[in-house]
Amino acid sequence: MHDWLNEHGDYLYRFALARLRDPHQAEDVVQETFLAAIKSPSFAEQSAPRTWLTGILKHKIIDVMRKNVRETVVSDLVDESEDYSMDDFFDAKGHWADKPQDWGMPVDALEQKQFLGVLQTCMEKLPAKAAQIFLMRDVHETDNEEICKELNISPTNAWVMLYRARMGLRKCLEINWLSV
Amino acid sequence: MLDCKQTSQLISQSLDRNLTLRERFGLQLHLFVCKYCKQFSQHLQTLRVALKQMTSAIENNNTIEMPADAKKRIADMVDATSVR
Repeated sequence: MHDWLNEHGDYLYRFALARLRDPHQAEDVVQETFLAAIKSPSFAEQSAPRTWLTGILKHKIIDVMRKNVRETVVSDLVDESEDYSMDDFFDAKGHWADKPQDWGMPVDALEQKQFLGVLQTCMEKLPAKAAQIFLMRDVHETDNEEICKELNISPTNAWVMLYRARMGLRKCLEINWLSV
Repeated sequence: MLDCKQTSQLISQSLDRNLTLRERFGLQLHLFVCKYCKQFSQHLQTLRVALKQMTSAIENNNTIEMPADAKKRIADMVDATSVR
């Protein structure tokens, strides 16, 4: 098992970090993964340990994501779920307050790196819950139905949350990317 | 005719559910005449792709390692569990 930790530990950590974006949570899920692995009766028979461990890790990551979203959902969702309250984004007639601009998509590697850097910053600015449900949906490609079931929210609520997250993220990107 | 606010909501939702025929029609009609909403729609696509790239960039970045103390903690835990 120590060999596995040396060989696959860093990879598993990066895998978790890429999805959770929180170093401590990433450490914890890797730890839980090894704990689950060592307790598994079949661990000695695994011929492809990395694949096997990653499989366990994925479940642990989803558990944490659920918990992250669930913890904040109630307080944040209740007050605003009736209306999108997107007054900052649209005028009274429903027109864009700030018109979406042409981003002139990054063509070379350097520009792409810069773009991802801006995206990273914007993700960090997003409220934790919004970022998490967004990650669940758009990175992890969790089924929408599953999100609703897990979080015990209606599909409409989920759409609203995702819409808000995307609106906030897009706006942040537009401001910061175009000023690069 | 849908306004930009309604359209942006539908564009976002189209990533999460199948729109009805009527909604799709309204959306297309609006997109046909509104370059800003078209721009918005492209932005959401870009966001999705970029987020995936960001994820794989972290995953494949060999310079990121698990902190030594965490590794130590896990190694100790493995020992403690395997002795039993």
